[in-house]
Amino acid sequence: MPSISRDEVAHLAKLARLAVTEDELDLFAGQLDVILQSVATVGDIATADIPPTSHAVPLTNVFREDVVRPSLGQQQALSGAPEAEDGRFRVPRILGEEA
Amino acid sequence: MTNDLIHATAAELAAKIHSGEISSVEVTQAHLDRIAETDGKVNAFLHVDTEGALAQARKVDEDVKAGKVVSPLAGVPLALKDVMTTEGVPTTVGSKILEGWLPPYDATVTRKLKEAGVVILGKTNMDEFAMGSSTENSAYGPTHNPWDLERIPGGSGGGSSAALAAHQAPLAIGTDTGGSIRQPGAVTGTVGVKPTYGGVSRYGLVAFSSSLDQAGPCARTVLDAALLHEIIAGYDEMDSTSINAPVPPVVAAAREGQNGDLSGLRVGVVTQFSGEGYQQGVLRSFEAAVSQLKELGAEIADVSCPSFDYALPAYYLIAPSECSSNLARFDAMRYGLRVGDDGTRSTEEVMSLTREAGFGPEVKRRIMIGTYALSSGYYDAYYGSAQKVRTLITQDFAKAFENFDVLISPTTPTTAFKIGERANDPMAMYKADLCTIPANLAGTPAMSVPSGLSDEDGMPVGLQIMAPALQDHRMYASPRRTRPRVAGLGVRRCEHQEGQGLPRPRRRRGGSRGRVLGLQGRP
Repeated sequence: MPSISRDEVAHLAKLARLAVTEDELDLFAGQLDVILQSVATVGDIATADIPPTSHAVPLTNVFREDVVRPSLGQQQALSGAPEAEDGRFRVPRILGEEA
Repeated sequence: MTNDLIHATAAELAAKIHSGEISSVEVTQAHLDRIAETDGKVNAFLHVDTEGALAQARKVDEDVKAGKVVSPLAGVPLALKDVMTTEGVPTTVGSKILEGWLPPYDATVTRKLKEAGVVILGKTNMDEFAMGSSTENSAYGPTHNPWDLERIPGGSGGGSSAALAAHQAPLAIGTDTGGSIRQPGAVTGTVGVKPTYGGVSRYGLVAFSSSLDQAGPCARTVLDAALLHEIIAGYDEMDSTSINAPVPPVVAAAREGQNGDLSGLRVGVVTQFSGEGYQQGVLRSFEAAVSQLKELGAEIADVSCPSFDYALPAYYLIAPSECSSNLARFDAMRYGLRVGDDGTRSTEEVMSLTREAGFGPEVKRRIMIGTYALSSGYYDAYYGSAQKVRTLITQDFAKAFENFDVLISPTTPTTAFKIGERANDPMAMYKADLCTIPANLAGTPAMSVPSGLSDEDGMPVGLQIMAPALQDHRMYASPRRTRPRVAGLGVRRCEHQEGQGLPRPRRRRGGSRGRVLGLQGRP
């Protein structure tokens, strides 16, 4: 298995929306490398003929009747929001500066 | 009186409350007092809901007077892991990212407890998002093991196990993704059960790894755990992975098993779980437990499950992969923390700054491992292979259960380690879950019961009992007088430590032998 570089960890952090610090990059790069080398041993016994299991209980789609039932009201749904306005979640700008 | 109340079992308390001999308010107040007296040292609770608990207790007392009682545990106090949502009561999951959040709804487990008249004392400490084996990953400081305050109480549910061991509550709820109910139970000398996956609703359980997460009962006796199991279990249409089948008859099994006769029970000892990395005192306690099972009539033989050697690496790919997806919901937009919104930054920047500030190191590590394992180019080698190992583990269980009714092993390779000892070595920490993970991957039920104390350090050791899916009742049951000897010794030990001792509760009549081993007879 390839070892994981500091740059790769920075890329992962970006993908995962984690604004990690330079110090954390140093720490995590070393730790993730050790962890990934260790867990890569799953490849030793996972041969092509074995079907994967994603879930312990064999499940098919679960349906219910399409009927109206009680749910959270608008006020309750917004009760934990960092910011709300006019009955909606207020978010920072979602487009780049040039937009 | 107070000492009697905090030492009684949940079943004893319920009987006295329902007969009118004592009130639920008295029982609740005794436990609130015990928390006030001891939690400065233990740190089992993140939030104590004094008013809510007493209000529920008063309601049960009124029902008793009106003759309208009640479910089997009505009026008995309980400590709820802070991973379950509680309407209007703080739910942090041990994370700064949810600090101050008041959920607008109850988890199904919370709702069932309330409907059953169980008194929720408060919310217990845990590793952040249930990721950890020591409760050191809590953003609110570690919980201390009541047997020795310098040691970990297990994790992620260390708050729940410590609350039981410190006699702050006779009942607790945990959740178990890779061992977070069973390993804390083992290292605190208490009972912890992971039911069959799908046996208890996950609705309102803040998700870590959805294909593995399972809530379950924690207690100081097997019967108390069974009584709690029946209250929280059952089909729930709010959880699409909930099993639509009758709840296994765990209470009947626990009562039946009290006769202590295990004649004909076929018990398999999993050979993978011994050897290097296992503490000698743990193995000796396990051997003693095996001898005891033989004396009680069980037929014991070794069984090899070779794929179990690969359970740990498979778990540490599958769980982080699912967590990297699940924790994407913490986006600083709909609930929880928001950091850095100064009017100039974009949503994406605010999201990244918030997640950086709100998540602790272990959560970040797992999110990144999951992101890596699921990325194209690595998916087959990592996540795909882990899923195949999951198939092999399920097959090994199925083969073993052709010849055995239950399987046993130590619950965890060592007794409680010192706080800080493994904090900077993630792989060493992960090994605490070595024996518990296979049951999560296969979705099968498993239980940890106290098997005595390690002769090296005097700390509790747990015996793990595993059963096939939906056969949870096979694990339940215990010979007479198996009350785990929890705080008696531990609290004495704490007292000897200058300046940090817990007030010692009076020991009850000598019923608390370390003798354990609850197994039901032939299934």
